[in-house]
Amino acid sequence: MAFQFPKLDGLYNPDNEHDNCGIGFVAHIKGQASHDIIERGLEVLRNLDHRGAKGSDNTSGDGAGILIQIPHEFISEIQKIEVPSMGKYGTGLIFLPQIEAEADACLNILTDIIKEEGLDLICFSDVAIDHAVPGDIAKTTEPIIKQVFIKGNLEQDALERKLYIIRKLAEKAVSATALSQKEAYYHLSLSSKTIIYKGMLTPSQLRDYFTDLRHPKFKSAMALGHSRFSTNTFPTWDLAQPFRMLAHNGEINTIKGNRLWTHAREGLLKSEVFGDDLRKILPVIEKGKSDSASFDNVLEFLHMTGRSLHHGLCMMIPESFNAKNPIPDSLKAFYEYHSTIMEPWDGPASMVFSDGRYIGGTLDRNGLRPSRYVITNNDLIVMASEVGVQKFAPAEIKEKGRLRPGKILLVDTRLGVIIPDKEVKDQLSHRNPYEMWLKENSLMMDDIKVKKRVPSAMKDFITYAKVFSYSKEDLELLIHTMVNQGVEPINSMGNDTPLAVFSRQPQRFFNYFKQIFAQVTNPAIDPIREGLVMSLTNYIGSLSSNILSESPNHCKLIKFNDPIITNTDLGKIKDLKDEMFSHETIHMVFPVKDGLDGFQKAFNRMLDLAEQAVDQKKNFIILSDRAVDKENAPFPSLLAVAAVHHHLIQKKKRMQVGIIVETGEAREINHFALLLAYGASVINPYLAFAAIDHLVKEGKVEFEYKEARKNYIKAVNKGLLKIFSKMGISTVRSYHGAQIFEAIGIGRELIDKYFIGTASPIGGIGIAEIHTEYSKFHEEAFKPAVSKQKFRFENAGIYSWRKLGEDHAWNPESIGLLQWATRTNNYAKYKEYSASVSEFNRKPSFIRACFKVKRDPIPIEKVESVEQIMKRFVTGAMSYGSISKEAHEAIAVAMNTIGGRSNTGEGGENPRRFGTLKQSAVKQVASGRFGVTNNYLTHADEIQIKVAQGAKPGEGGQLPGYKVNKVIARMRKSTPGITLISPPPHHDIYSIEDLAQLIYDLKVTNPRARISVKLVSEDGVGTISAGVAKAYADLIIISGGEGGTGASPVSSIKHAGLPVELGIAEAQQTLVKNNLRGRVKLQVDGQLKNADDIIKMACLGAEEFGFATSALIVLGCVMMRKCHQNTCTAGIATQDKVLRKRFGGQSDYVINFFRFLAQEVREQLAEMGFSKFEDIVGRTDLMEVDKDVFTWKMKEIDFSALLNKPKEAEKFDIRNTLSSNGKSISGHLDYSLIREAAKAIKGKEKVWLFQSIVNTDRAIGAMLSGEISGKYGDEGLPEDTINATFSGTAGQSFGAFLVNGVTFRLEGDANDYIGKGMSGGKIIVVPPPGSLFKPEENIIIGNSTFYGATKGEAYIHGVAGERFCVRNSGLEAVVEGTGDHCCEYMTGGRVVVLGKTGRNFAAGMSGGIAYVLDESGDFDYYCNKGLVDLIRVEDRVDMIELQDLISKHLLYTQSILAANILANWEEYMPKFVKVIPFEYRKVLEEMKLRELERKLQLTEDDPAHHE
Amino acid sequence: MGDPKGFISVRKKEGGYRPISERIYDFGEVEQTLNDEDRKLQASRCMDCGVPFCHWACPLGSKIPEWQDALFRGYADEAYASLNSTNSFPEITGRVCPAPCEKSCVLAINEESVSIRENECATVENAFKSGLIEANPPQIRTGKKVAIIGSGPAGLSAADLLNHAGHLVTVFEKSDAVGGLLRYGIPDFKLNKRVIDRRIDLFKEEGILFKTGICVGEVLTKERLLNQFDAVVLATGSGKPRTLDVEGNELEGVHFALDFLTQNNKIVAGQRFAEEEKIDAKGKHVLVIGGGDTGSDCVGTSIRQKAASVTQIEILPKPPEKRTGENPWPYWPNVLRTSSSHLEGCERKWSLRTKRVVGEKGSVKQLEVVEVEWFKNASGQWQMKDIGKPQLLKADLVLLAMGFTQPVHEGLLDELGIAYDQRGNVKVNGQKQTSVDKIFAAGDVEQGASLVVHAIQAGRLAAENVHAFLNKA
Repeated sequence: MAFQFPKLDGLYNPDNEHDNCGIGFVAHIKGQASHDIIERGLEVLRNLDHRGAKGSDNTSGDGAGILIQIPHEFISEIQKIEVPSMGKYGTGLIFLPQIEAEADACLNILTDIIKEEGLDLICFSDVAIDHAVPGDIAKTTEPIIKQVFIKGNLEQDALERKLYIIRKLAEKAVSATALSQKEAYYHLSLSSKTIIYKGMLTPSQLRDYFTDLRHPKFKSAMALGHSRFSTNTFPTWDLAQPFRMLAHNGEINTIKGNRLWTHAREGLLKSEVFGDDLRKILPVIEKGKSDSASFDNVLEFLHMTGRSLHHGLCMMIPESFNAKNPIPDSLKAFYEYHSTIMEPWDGPASMVFSDGRYIGGTLDRNGLRPSRYVITNNDLIVMASEVGVQKFAPAEIKEKGRLRPGKILLVDTRLGVIIPDKEVKDQLSHRNPYEMWLKENSLMMDDIKVKKRVPSAMKDFITYAKVFSYSKEDLELLIHTMVNQGVEPINSMGNDTPLAVFSRQPQRFFNYFKQIFAQVTNPAIDPIREGLVMSLTNYIGSLSSNILSESPNHCKLIKFNDPIITNTDLGKIKDLKDEMFSHETIHMVFPVKDGLDGFQKAFNRMLDLAEQAVDQKKNFIILSDRAVDKENAPFPSLLAVAAVHHHLIQKKKRMQVGIIVETGEAREINHFALLLAYGASVINPYLAFAAIDHLVKEGKVEFEYKEARKNYIKAVNKGLLKIFSKMGISTVRSYHGAQIFEAIGIGRELIDKYFIGTASPIGGIGIAEIHTEYSKFHEEAFKPAVSKQKFRFENAGIYSWRKLGEDHAWNPESIGLLQWATRTNNYAKYKEYSASVSEFNRKPSFIRACFKVKRDPIPIEKVESVEQIMKRFVTGAMSYGSISKEAHEAIAVAMNTIGGRSNTGEGGENPRRFGTLKQSAVKQVASGRFGVTNNYLTHADEIQIKVAQGAKPGEGGQLPGYKVNKVIARMRKSTPGITLISPPPHHDIYSIEDLAQLIYDLKVTNPRARISVKLVSEDGVGTISAGVAKAYADLIIISGGEGGTGASPVSSIKHAGLPVELGIAEAQQTLVKNNLRGRVKLQVDGQLKNADDIIKMACLGAEEFGFATSALIVLGCVMMRKCHQNTCTAGIATQDKVLRKRFGGQSDYVINFFRFLAQEVREQLAEMGFSKFEDIVGRTDLMEVDKDVFTWKMKEIDFSALLNKPKEAEKFDIRNTLSSNGKSISGHLDYSLIREAAKAIKGKEKVWLFQSIVNTDRAIGAMLSGEISGKYGDEGLPEDTINATFSGTAGQSFGAFLVNGVTFRLEGDANDYIGKGMSGGKIIVVPPPGSLFKPEENIIIGNSTFYGATKGEAYIHGVAGERFCVRNSGLEAVVEGTGDHCCEYMTGGRVVVLGKTGRNFAAGMSGGIAYVLDESGDFDYYCNKGLVDLIRVEDRVDMIELQDLISKHLLYTQSILAANILANWEEYMPKFVKVIPFEYRKVLEEMKLRELERKLQLTEDDPAHHE
Repeated sequence: MGDPKGFISVRKKEGGYRPISERIYDFGEVEQTLNDEDRKLQASRCMDCGVPFCHWACPLGSKIPEWQDALFRGYADEAYASLNSTNSFPEITGRVCPAPCEKSCVLAINEESVSIRENECATVENAFKSGLIEANPPQIRTGKKVAIIGSGPAGLSAADLLNHAGHLVTVFEKSDAVGGLLRYGIPDFKLNKRVIDRRIDLFKEEGILFKTGICVGEVLTKERLLNQFDAVVLATGSGKPRTLDVEGNELEGVHFALDFLTQNNKIVAGQRFAEEEKIDAKGKHVLVIGGGDTGSDCVGTSIRQKAASVTQIEILPKPPEKRTGENPWPYWPNVLRTSSSHLEGCERKWSLRTKRVVGEKGSVKQLEVVEVEWFKNASGQWQMKDIGKPQLLKADLVLLAMGFTQPVHEGLLDELGIAYDQRGNVKVNGQKQTSVDKIFAAGDVEQGASLVVHAIQAGRLAAENVHAFLNKA
């Protein structure tokens, strides 16, 4: 039995495991220990149970645990252990192997170490445990658990360090043994201050399992707990949290880099407190643990070596400190100084931490995980992911608050005080004169004097351009667009070119890598509208790399504002003679004449030189390929950089130098991202600059060279931020070396040497192949010219098809034949098409072509019907808006006719289509929530949550205002002419438990619909699928990275996301391993074209099949790839009336296509010998690798992982067997609301309801509203028909998708997502009667509230969290204060804020109006003025509107603040600021003008008529 | 790309033809051209498709979106260079190509394709005018010698590429001037012969040797040929016309179209013929058998020779005016095509089979034809049967324009001992190599009579393979 995750098996990789969770703590501020605290702590966890998850046995929890102070009284009196006084001994639980002999062996080792370290073992005692408690899966690996007691006559901190040494040594010693279950050995904690109880349990099981926890003498002044939601169901007891110092809800996105950097630093560590003992505690990071565990390891290490916990946390997850953040300069200096010591551990993080004295919580800079706290009048503090986890009488509550992004809340239980963030940071920032240190030591690039300019023009530009294989597209599409527009080009219709390793065109080494992106378990960031958290600043240099000390030397370095440097800047660095800034230039070239051997030798020499440079105390290594000439060819720059980086890490010499790359190869944004991700600090793309110079000289650029270069760098920077942000990473410092890529087609040997930790699922090329490819480029470049004709760049056909260019699966033949066949209903022609597709594939171009299916024919009559098979077909999510009405409806009609399903896409649907053949069965819910109303959801057979899209995973989208016509605006509940922005993440899915919540919301709203989740293929998608299955989705869609699009940046289309084969295979394998496969259906899409494709995908695990591009082609699309320009000549991807007339498609063509496909599938099933489609699902054994299609580069390609059938397949389902993956919603409060409101629903009679409510009551009102929509459509009921009053704390999504006629009044407070997707009605939230705190200073509702609301009213008597009214398009809301990002992406509606707002107000706000009461006059600073104007409220209409809203607020909430404002209107009025988007203002003015014209017209027409 | 919305805002505009009343009195080119501004606007209509079907449909793979954009933006040299990079004489295809590209243009779906052929022609003409085109002899000579036999489009195109690759190229032409069918097959009103001369002059300047009036095989034996040259490219065309195997075909006044056209081209070029040699349409009722391009050229030539009437008959049925469902875009449209010559006054008839030629005193007077019906037989092949009664058509001059069957075997080919394929064409492999070592073949001689662009492409492919062959040797 394995105690860890299963090993790498097939495509399943344990490194991909994620977890998210609920966290919280309870503490007595004055440090009074009691059993009550522990009970409360456990109760907090139980009330967060819905944030955790259960395994496939539905009883095993994913893990829960609790950290408390050492219960000394219990130990000495009840356990009767002979311990010295508190603080003089250490204790902790240990997980031990199940085999007793092995457990004993471990304890012996530990005993010896204790002795060697000079401490005394008191005893090992048994732990009181109820073994009946854990679930079946958990039981299989339930360890033996012992408690150790160790004493030593040392001062407590010294004892603490000793215990730490002992633990680290014991861990290492056991892992060095040959014990079969050594992996089970795990110290939960070992401390004289705190102790941890945890296991693979649910929160309620935790209390039952460790029976000690229930004992009244078991006391602590604090209890910090964690309930885990993991993507897997593997029995891993040690991954339960808390760890030794903290509990983490979140993800570390840059974990690969952070671990490598930590490793690299170890060689340079020197500790005053540990001295020589330091080596005993290395390596810092335990192997094989989670990202959170690694974080904990490092934090603990920093703490043990002398930093306070909060100091360590501020180093590891610094808040954003760029100019847009209102923090003191001294603090900025503190962060900047520390950023030179350690890179941020980037990713969403809500942390609670404790060392036994201090307890606190912090959020990362983005603050995407909720954290709420309550302080009572009797000195209790409760902090948790949700509010309401502890009930207090209103009068007991002193303060209700939330953690804000980047802020810390600290409780010192010894001094009995709460230390607010400002004070914590103030103390930290004055530990040392950081500002002065920085000023005196660090050097800005601009501060260095230019000695000589290094020109960009290159005499031999053409030769270099040939060596680095510049194509016409590189110059005239990529660089040209970047230079002229300052952004990378946009393209459409996805990627249909072969993988680099399949391609017959020689490839740059960069092309073998694909970007990784965030989906589900962590949110992407919006680098544009949330630029305040992003940063491209980096440093190189530094004399001291011992992170354990703080000296001015640490910041002796050069600071760069961005990672791209000009030739002159590089020249400056080369010219620096200062000993602090010495460099060594190392050439990245190899002699061509010596063949592979020469390549190899030169490469190794390069690595040696790098090492020597460090030994010679150089500060920078400049890796340069400028030395290219007739005899010398360049190495792939990426390979060189990664190799040097990893070589130096291995030698523990990496921290001493910065790597600068001077290369002619990098020009695309993806190139730069790769170089940074594998170790480069700054890059000088001299050839790209020369190319810009070339374009300028050719007269092809509108700008002067300098301006052109500036634009190019701007475009690269923008692109880099986008690439970082799609993984949820904010800064280049944490992206640096984080290897946020995966490789396709690179062999194990290379990966293990130079790309350690990078996934490369199918193996592939090695040095020899790279040498061949790069030699070819060189040979071509230096071929003697026969003609003196001017050299002209060739179009390589990467972005558009060329006869002699790169292959494209959609080419004239395949398009022509498919249209011919489907238009004339000619099956023979279809077969020609299909044959041409299969033949093309065998070049090969897709992975599937490398397999052949085994034959064992049966008569075709025995095979299930075409009609049965067609039910498995769906069309892709294409919104009405991205495609025309005609095309959209034709597809819907076709799919409804054949029994398949079409998809609305993100953009709503005209309710007139509901219930007709034109209705789309699948209704999509995407991040913009456009058109997502209750009525829309109620009319769905399937509701699809689009987490990612193949063409641009991890990115948002934008529908420019000029495309938003009247009808589209109506569908999307917005205003014509207003730009609509879809944010990169769903603002209610920052984690897997959030996704579970959204699924729950949707299921409650429409219990009849299946819920599906659309993911994009990438390394780890299997693990995410398992999480999604555990979040109770019914269907998971795995999209290929090749997927189509209406508009995406080219680098995203080409370089993000994996081929669908890998995704579906990984999802299948992981789900089967977890025994979750039976619970969900799997669907695939991504360049599917014929039955061959379908059959192979089915064998890999797919049950349903999506078609988008092919369906459009059938309707007339000719792959112009101009969707983004609204000039579709086929009348499909356009709203232009003239162009739409050209549409020649018919639903019949689509029907023909799917019939043909099904017919062909049927024929193939007969060939294979199967009568039912379902019998081939997941049967990879029916396929074998077809070596005939392998090309020279593919020799080492290995598909065995892809075709792996996990051994669990023998006992578990390999296809969907349950009709729905239902989490029961029975018992939902709405059932009783519906019953009680029956009269209202049936006869529109008014009703009044009363309910008490707790935080586990979630999505209240959604189902009730669904009932109403089902009956009355969008219109709902008359205002205030159903009046429901709730008291208590509402769970998440209170009032979600509420409709007209329903009024919810909540007396208490609410969690996140209140009013999500509100489609009408009213929500009023007021503090409970009897509260003593000031509402306008206390938080009353959570984060991301009224997200995507389209209509209704809300009156909030208190302060809201972050993102109040995000993407609101019609709600009118009044609130008394908000967190950051208020009104983000808003497109309509009205928001009144009667108090302070957070940062970044109105980011991406393109419509609607906000009125903010700016009493302190600094609102200007907090507002993101990118899209909006701030003006005074002077217009009479505005004044009336504002007054009216505030008076309603007073009416509904009795807010004293509102009363005050109204009473002193003249005084307050001037303090209001009106926030209105430019675009919206323009549209409103135009509307007014039109109205005037209409009136004028009326008057003219009928002089008698005067209005 | 030109202008993203150019195709919406700018309507297709063609140069059009000179007025009939004027053009039928001379052999000057009938086509007119647009002014430069209009030309650019026409170029702006190209949308730089993700899948450029024009580029696909062009046998040469002309990079149409690229040079259209260059034309639109005024990068004249770049536009020409792009055209020239896939075609040694774009000024000729710009005049005579039936432009499959335009038929496959995405805008052709709505019958308003981008002007490609005319833009091509204008681009090259402007490049000549502004002196952008100059001789560019190779910098390095490989020392290898190549003989090209035949100076039609296939031969010339192979010659140009091989010369630029540094080989010494000699082109042999049995006729008195180079150009093959370009020179003597196509009438001057479609292709002014100075256009050919201009290009040949450049070729000469670049070092290609031309030997006219030499019938290889007679003067130059196989042995000498193979001894003197490292490689040979046969580009002798498909010389054997399809004959009319009916009673009376030997009558005076029945001629092969090419004989008629060649003679007329020579006369236009200034040669003189004895009256009895002359095939003259003046005052005659001309009957052209064969509805293709050659037939159409006969029509235009006859009209210019002042024929009394011109009738063109075709055995196949009249093609539809527009595409049918079974002949969709982007494939070549089998639709009725009306040339400038047809517009000049001629009667066209379809589904007529010639039964016999009726004469008087050894001279043709009438043609007996019968209407046929086409149908598919059981195995799906098209067959015809006679319907209705035979009828007589007036004819003083009958021109046979029914295509070509195969190259002339007698003489050179047989002497070289070259193998033929089933259709009697020279048999070549994928590298255009014949059965005889060192000998390659390109164009109609190996693929049967076809379009000029196909010949050019064949010549290019042969050149590429000859170059590889020579490099290896």
